[in-house]
Amino acid sequence: MKWLHKDLLDVSRLSKAEVMAIFETAGRFQELQERPVKKVPTLKGRSVVLFFAEPSTRTKTSFDVAGKRLSADTFSLAKSSSSLTKGESLKDTALTLQAMAPDAIVIRHWCSGAARFMADRLDCSVINAGDGRHAHPTQALLDSFTLHQEWGDLSGRTILILGDIAHSRVARSNVILLNMLGAKVRLCGPRTLLPPAVRNWPVEVYSDLDEAVRGVDAVMCLRLQLERQKDGLLPDLREYARTYGLGMKHVELANPDVRIMHPGPLNRGVEISSELADTANSLILDQVASGVVVRMALLFLYMTRKGEE
Amino acid sequence: MAKIDLIVRRAKLDGQDVDVFVSEGKIAEVKPSAETLEAGDAVVEEAFGLTLLPSMTDVHVHLREPGFEYKEDVESGLRAAAWGGFSNIMCMANTKPVNDNGAVTEFMLDKARKHWPDGPRLFPIGALTKGLQGKELAPMGELAEAGCAAFSNDGVPVESTKIFRLAVEYASDWDRVVIDHCEDPYLGVAAGVNEGEVSSRLGLPGQPDVAEAMQVARDILLAEYLDLPIHLAHISCRRSADLIRFAKSRGVKISAETTPHYLTMTENILEAEATEFDALAKVNPPLRTEDDRQAMIEALNDGTIDCLATDHAPHAGYEKETEFDVAPCGITGLDTALSVTWGLVRDGVLTREAFLRAWTTAPCGIFKLPVNAFKPGDPADFFLFDEDEDWTVSPATLHSKGKNTPLLGSVLKGRVKTHFIAGKKVV
Repeated sequence: MKWLHKDLLDVSRLSKAEVMAIFETAGRFQELQERPVKKVPTLKGRSVVLFFAEPSTRTKTSFDVAGKRLSADTFSLAKSSSSLTKGESLKDTALTLQAMAPDAIVIRHWCSGAARFMADRLDCSVINAGDGRHAHPTQALLDSFTLHQEWGDLSGRTILILGDIAHSRVARSNVILLNMLGAKVRLCGPRTLLPPAVRNWPVEVYSDLDEAVRGVDAVMCLRLQLERQKDGLLPDLREYARTYGLGMKHVELANPDVRIMHPGPLNRGVEISSELADTANSLILDQVASGVVVRMALLFLYMTRKGEE
Repeated sequence: MAKIDLIVRRAKLDGQDVDVFVSEGKIAEVKPSAETLEAGDAVVEEAFGLTLLPSMTDVHVHLREPGFEYKEDVESGLRAAAWGGFSNIMCMANTKPVNDNGAVTEFMLDKARKHWPDGPRLFPIGALTKGLQGKELAPMGELAEAGCAAFSNDGVPVESTKIFRLAVEYASDWDRVVIDHCEDPYLGVAAGVNEGEVSSRLGLPGQPDVAEAMQVARDILLAEYLDLPIHLAHISCRRSADLIRFAKSRGVKISAETTPHYLTMTENILEAEATEFDALAKVNPPLRTEDDRQAMIEALNDGTIDCLATDHAPHAGYEKETEFDVAPCGITGLDTALSVTWGLVRDGVLTREAFLRAWTTAPCGIFKLPVNAFKPGDPADFFLFDEDEDWTVSPATLHSKGKNTPLLGSVLKGRVKTHFIAGKKVV
């Protein structure tokens, strides 16, 4: 497939065929993970800037590993080391990066729309690694790829996304992608952590976790940002954990083979019980492994798009 | 009959060719165009059939001077007003320093006299509370004496209902109306996006319409209780319009304005392919839903909303060319307001009567400003308007320093060709 897109801003701009092409490419890169030398020269001489204006460990490392395994040169720019801390505008940061002629920029930023802002101003590919509460397309792609590896087709499967939906870019991108792939999506969380217009989303909304989890094939837990309590959105973390924390008893209510997912980092004992995170049902580490190959696929497709080699 | 100084020939006024006779800055007579004319010493301006409209009044602009002259200053703001068809503008107090003392008011008026001695007329709005802090009343007597036409904390709503009540009462001692920016300070973060479908999808924290409507309800109850007038700034949603309609049916002394952008744009602009997350459409209150837009048109046509105002909020280019969360709220409006709202008249959306009331008689009535209804003795404030001239909104075609409008690149219809204020040509 000739890749036509310059940027990956959200999954909504992709077709199902394109998602399948990403999965197929990622599947091919999986074999590489097994080799003693996990590196191919595919993107040799190309450069990728990892511009993370918000803290990140796993996404940044995952992109870094993905780029290096394809022999691309990766450069990191964190907010603390960028001129953003000196008051430089995002536009000037974009133009400065542009002048260094990278082939792709992977951006994480605390503002919704920041990736779009950069994409409008840069000639190279911009890959959104999370912008505010808006979108996290690579996380959604790796989540679905992980399930695709488990089940093949996702159509007819029921997947529950649990927790702080309102502030979650992961949830927004996953709702779009899972629907595109034919899955039924349920959301569960306290009303204070649901988006205002969620009733019009293509999902079923629950406030009772026992009810929400009944018969589902997978549960995607979301990380609870602990400052939500300070914002007054929750009375306390103990009550949240008691009401919305996923535990072993929920496995009994769900499909017996229910898969448990979490984008990390985990607050053990808050959004997920510690023991459940470590059971055979858990795909949490599979997600991390999928993350590398999906990001390799994305870097490959976007950096060798139409018009280039 | 007094000596005629100016005659405007063959102008189109409400479908009829007329000649306008001006004496000492006032309308002397308006009559159907005659074949021949005894002009005497009068200056004759040939209108060639251009549309004649009375100059408009904008009761809500931000001129930014003193303090933020890089965004706008009195000179450039009045230039935009003159070319935009406005003879009277009222400017808000959120300057630096804040217009909470007579010296700042006089500074603004001196600047206006210096740069635009023949108009447009500037009517500053004094701060309601010192430093816009919402804690102590501003010296309204001093401000009124210096030339303030009204009082407002616009942009920084008064949190304490007690202080707000006292401000309304005290302002009445100086025969001035208080203008309130209606936004519940707890519900109403100045997010620049409506809380709802679009904000949910884009992951932006939104401002719900009830944040505005709750404050509208408070003001209505206070106005009724105190039996004093309160003017509600830039109303944006159906909930507010319904409350105002109810209040007016009870005879409450409430008046209200809305802006051209709430009549023509919705929140959907923020997720359109070309304008997704575009901070040029970030405004407070935010652009609302299509239903709210329809409600604003209905409310303007039936008089529930008394007048139009631009909420002209110029910003420097770099301030808007940034992340949506970071960008300031506001749309520049003096240059585009006439074309946009006349377009609604042309399309049959807004009645001509509503247009004229909203831009001329109603705002002048509320704030006791000079108004031209083409009656003998009215100030000779009018402009000749080419209804058919297309123009593209661009940095070059906007007279304001502020180029921050989501209309950039749009082709609008209608341009002011000549503008007279008190019988003197200003453009």
